Amino acid sequence: MQKRPIRVLIAKPGLDGHDRGAKVVAHALKNAGMEVIYTGLHQTVDQIVESAIQEDVDAIGLSILSGAHIPIAEKLFKKLKEEEAKDILVVIGGNIPKRDFDKLRKIGVKDIFQTGSKFEDIVEFIQKNAGREHE
Amino acid sequence: MNSSKKMRGGSMNKKNSQMEIKDVILESGIKVKPVYTPEDVKGMDFKNQMGAPGEYPFTRGIHKYMYRVRPWTMRQYSGFGTAQETNKRFKYLIEHGQTGLNVAFDLPTQMGLDSDDILAEGEVGRVGMAVDTLRDMEEAFSGIPIDKISISLTINSTATILIAMYVAVAEKQGVDTKEIRGTAQNDILKEYIGRGTWIFPVEPSIRLIGDTIEYCSKYVPNYYPVSICGYHIRESGANPVQEIAYAFEIAKAYIRHVQNRGLDIDEFVPRFSFNFDIHGNFFEQIAKFRAARRLWAKIIKDEFNAKNPKSMMMKMIAGGGGGGLTIEQPENNIVRGAYYALISALSGTQTMALCSYDEAYTIPSKKAALISLRTMQILMDEMGLTDTVDPLAGSYYVESLTNQLEDEIMKLMNKVEENGGIVKAISEGYVQREVARQAYIHEKRIQSGEEIKVGVNKYRIEEEERNIEFHEYNPNLAEEQIKRLKQVKAERDNNEVQRNLDKLREVANTNENLMPCMVDCVKSYASIGEITKVLKEVFGEFREPVGF
Repeated sequence: MQKRPIRVLIAKPGLDGHDRGAKVVAHALKNAGMEVIYTGLHQTVDQIVESAIQEDVDAIGLSILSGAHIPIAEKLFKKLKEEEAKDILVVIGGNIPKRDFDKLRKIGVKDIFQTGSKFEDIVEFIQKNAGREHE
Repeated sequence: MNSSKKMRGGSMNKKNSQMEIKDVILESGIKVKPVYTPEDVKGMDFKNQMGAPGEYPFTRGIHKYMYRVRPWTMRQYSGFGTAQETNKRFKYLIEHGQTGLNVAFDLPTQMGLDSDDILAEGEVGRVGMAVDTLRDMEEAFSGIPIDKISISLTINSTATILIAMYVAVAEKQGVDTKEIRGTAQNDILKEYIGRGTWIFPVEPSIRLIGDTIEYCSKYVPNYYPVSICGYHIRESGANPVQEIAYAFEIAKAYIRHVQNRGLDIDEFVPRFSFNFDIHGNFFEQIAKFRAARRLWAKIIKDEFNAKNPKSMMMKMIAGGGGGGLTIEQPENNIVRGAYYALISALSGTQTMALCSYDEAYTIPSKKAALISLRTMQILMDEMGLTDTVDPLAGSYYVESLTNQLEDEIMKLMNKVEENGGIVKAISEGYVQREVARQAYIHEKRIQSGEEIKVGVNKYRIEEEERNIEFHEYNPNLAEEQIKRLKQVKAERDNNEVQRNLDKLREVANTNENLMPCMVDCVKSYASIGEITKVLKEVFGEFREPVGF
């Protein structure tokens, strides 16, 4: 058994172009030894799921600052289900009010990291929850 | 942000009574001495390097009497939902003494999508006002005399369309286009670095900006067609030196483009303005602006041989400071905002806007927006900030720091030019990577506590009760907006729209200025989505050099 590095897709869904947080977290995950793929801006949910499957990632990190996190999460999980890719861990980062946390968790988001979250918390969570063993 | 290392107490107790003074290094990399003396400005030619206010090189300000005669404009960024809702907020702000408007558009409008586009789903009216056709702009400014109040449009890749709509609204209000005042952000190059609402590839995008500059210089001469934004570059992670250097290089790229059309520099550069950011070290920001003003004057005079002093004046909106605000203990942001406004006034800004205290997590509430406005008004009416020009001039520290920052900005600008210029650097993603790297370093310093943010990594309240008000997004809004769009489409002359769009396609394929044709398009109520689709067919779309 050999453990491959965790692969993470950092994704910017929708029209919002503020990618500072996405890039900063991508840096942090890479420095923690993960393989990080960043989608770039203006991605549709379909494009994100397609990239995730193509890149065989263990986790998707969505960065959302526009406030549209709930409709985007709903669409994403619908698509993941359609593509039978439900085992991919999904976390969201950005401007997410606490009152939406439960709703997002119900949709399937595993955890939410608000703006200013510590790198070590994000890294630890992904390491704990996304590490799949590969032969 | 704050200086990297602070002098700490404790060392006072050392037996040899020698105080250990730790280094203070500013974000720009400049080392700060504990004491400044006349030695630090020795050899400085005050007459030529500072000049009198209103005179070259404008270090002290672009007007002789500055705020004594021309108080700064107060222009809060606002707009959300439908044109009707936005119109109400505009009137509310004007009623409370705001002297200019700064219009926020929703993301579909900024990205050239109609409200009924599948890609606009969930975004209609969310972060700004939804605009599909001229009808929406007519409503947004209904009852607002646009020849009396200057209006700024925060719009970039679709700026040709929105400027055309603005001109059309003016005509409908009976205002001569020569009387129109205001500003369009219309700085596409910075969108590729930060903010990200680009559509077309770099070259045609610059051409569109050139079209607006040329058009306005002839038909809308009192309008500022472009506001070059260091602001968003800094908000994306850049330090103050990068903020100014990249913004100036971008401005130079636009100037060269328009010069190639045969326009003289003095015909259009007087209508350039800048948008800069304020957060971080107090004196570093003030020195940054004074240095920038001097450097810009020198560049325009020496490099571009301008003759008109108005071309050499760096006019700016300075404020905002979003990057300095915190979600934690949001009321602290009111205090931060007051300091940012103070910096802005001490830096000789023409226009001020402040991020509201709740802006780190929501569209500002009415109350928060009003507090921002009052912050600027208190400064203007109670504190004596308008009494005398450039009150920090002659400070050994401020002058020395101004000189050092000017040098650093110049060095970085030269580096960009030596490596093939800003257009190449942005097209290839070089600037984006540099800024992202800086953002990462900055975030790490905050997380390690090297750089202090009160309420975040010091004086934190762990189980913070957040009794905060959120801007509620109205889910029925999209439906209403789509209904309006359908109605406009049903009422307009569709043959005329088609003729205008065909003409636009034709003109876009040539080097001709497409603004006159754009004005015809919007007047016939062609939608933003329809117009953008035509331009995409001609220009293609930008391929982002993805990296981090």
